[in-house]
Amino acid sequence: MKRGLKLFCILFFLILGGCQSLGVKPWERDLLAKKDMQIVNEPLEAAFEDHTYFSKEASSGGRSFGGGGCGCN
Amino acid sequence: MQLTSKASIKKKLKVATCTLLTATAVNASDVQSVEVKETPKKSFFGKALETVSEKLKKWEFDVGLLFYKEPERVQAVEPAIQARREFGDEKFLTLKLVVDTLTGASHNGASPSSKVQTFTTPSGSATYTANANEAPLDSTFKDTRIALSTSWEQPLARNWKGSVGASASNEYDYFSSGINGSIAKDLNQKNTTISLGLGVFYDTIKPVGDIPTPLATMVSPGVTQPRGESSDTKTIIDTVLGMTQVINRRTLMQFNYSLSASSGYLTDPYKVISVIDATNGATLGDASSFIYEKRPESRTKHSLYWLTKHHLSGDTIDFSYRYMWDDWEIKSHTFDLRYRWRFSKQKRYLEPRVRYYSQTEAEFYKTSIRSTTSTPEFLSADYRLGDMDAITLGLKYGQDLDNGHSWSLRLEYYLQTGNALPDGGAIGSQVGVDLYPDVDAVIAQAIYSF
Repeated sequence: MKRGLKLFCILFFLILGGCQSLGVKPWERDLLAKKDMQIVNEPLEAAFEDHTYFSKEASSGGRSFGGGGCGCN
Repeated sequence: MQLTSKASIKKKLKVATCTLLTATAVNASDVQSVEVKETPKKSFFGKALETVSEKLKKWEFDVGLLFYKEPERVQAVEPAIQARREFGDEKFLTLKLVVDTLTGASHNGASPSSKVQTFTTPSGSATYTANANEAPLDSTFKDTRIALSTSWEQPLARNWKGSVGASASNEYDYFSSGINGSIAKDLNQKNTTISLGLGVFYDTIKPVGDIPTPLATMVSPGVTQPRGESSDTKTIIDTVLGMTQVINRRTLMQFNYSLSASSGYLTDPYKVISVIDATNGATLGDASSFIYEKRPESRTKHSLYWLTKHHLSGDTIDFSYRYMWDDWEIKSHTFDLRYRWRFSKQKRYLEPRVRYYSQTEAEFYKTSIRSTTSTPEFLSADYRLGDMDAITLGLKYGQDLDNGHSWSLRLEYYLQTGNALPDGGAIGSQVGVDLYPDVDAVIAQAIYSF
């Protein structure tokens, strides 16, 4: 567990450092601004999906909070 | 030549501006005259309706319906509505309401057997049976869940954004409430965003027929049931550390690390485990063959999540991978790939999707235990904690309308295949019986946004 966290931290800061050379200028955001390119482009669908898989599998969360529960059967 | 051209453009612009202004003026006077004429005629309700519709124009709505059906098992119908309004300066209020109606039967954890099996209902007042060689399903299961949530987000300072939220959900035997907050900072000309979120949830479970004594043997109705308190609670603390990175004009990625710590009553009060005869693999077939499950009182989950979105001349690829591990020894991989193919001048799309999920079993998961084995400290036969793979295949169709509204339909098939075997392998009458039957489901969803 601790090893995984350590590895993640190292990776996180490496990526963060490397990221300074990535990206676009403000006037190059035309495609990124499209609805299809948003991280969550259909919030209701994301909520439906999270709830469905939360009820059927042992994993939850990841893209956002795993959240509180339901007495899902 | 150039001068003439510039002069000509200037002239055209002037004419265009004048035309526009005149048109606007005419339109404005039209509107005024119409308003003067109509005002005295407007009823109180007409005015109220106009005010309400003006106010609603500031809101964006998503209304949706989810239908989930497992043949022979559970069925869920889930209408939902989300409303979002901008209060200027990138301040947003979001409200969401979900109603979830569940009917049907749920696997109670007991193994299929070569005999007809009889169980006591959770209330302790009646029995239900499972046919030979079939997964025992508790058909007394029925519930309606109402979930409400709200969030407020706004900029906090230059390049800083924050949000706070609250949620509550209620069902017959369960109540959950939570609060959450997050902060995000933009870096590198907004090409990098790092965020930190914290959510705290407090759940109360009040099972039908009170909480079964963990690992106690089920008894027939009519005698004192092995039950303890009427309710118990659990607390969940979720932390998400995330980074979103624009890679280039067409690609962006997100990396999240989540830590989730649950403590309290994490057992499922409705699940049991079969105790089988160590020589012939059969259960006695009556209530005394089953014991109530018991899970540890804490669980710490970690997950790493990676999302990539890529734009391809109108189309979009969305790929995500999640690795999750916890101190119950469960490890899981989730791959999710969607391709949004835009056509009809990009106003319509088709989106095929494939999701693959694979998990290892919890250390205390057993399909059944033998009567000669001493009962372990923790035990569960809940198929959701077992070794399994699942695949989802889906297709979505969506359309953007000329008035700015949009709608979509999604149809998916979900199949879960269990890989678990009893400790030491199947014996006697267990041999040849599908001890971990597949679970499959059809999922249909419709969403309209306006």
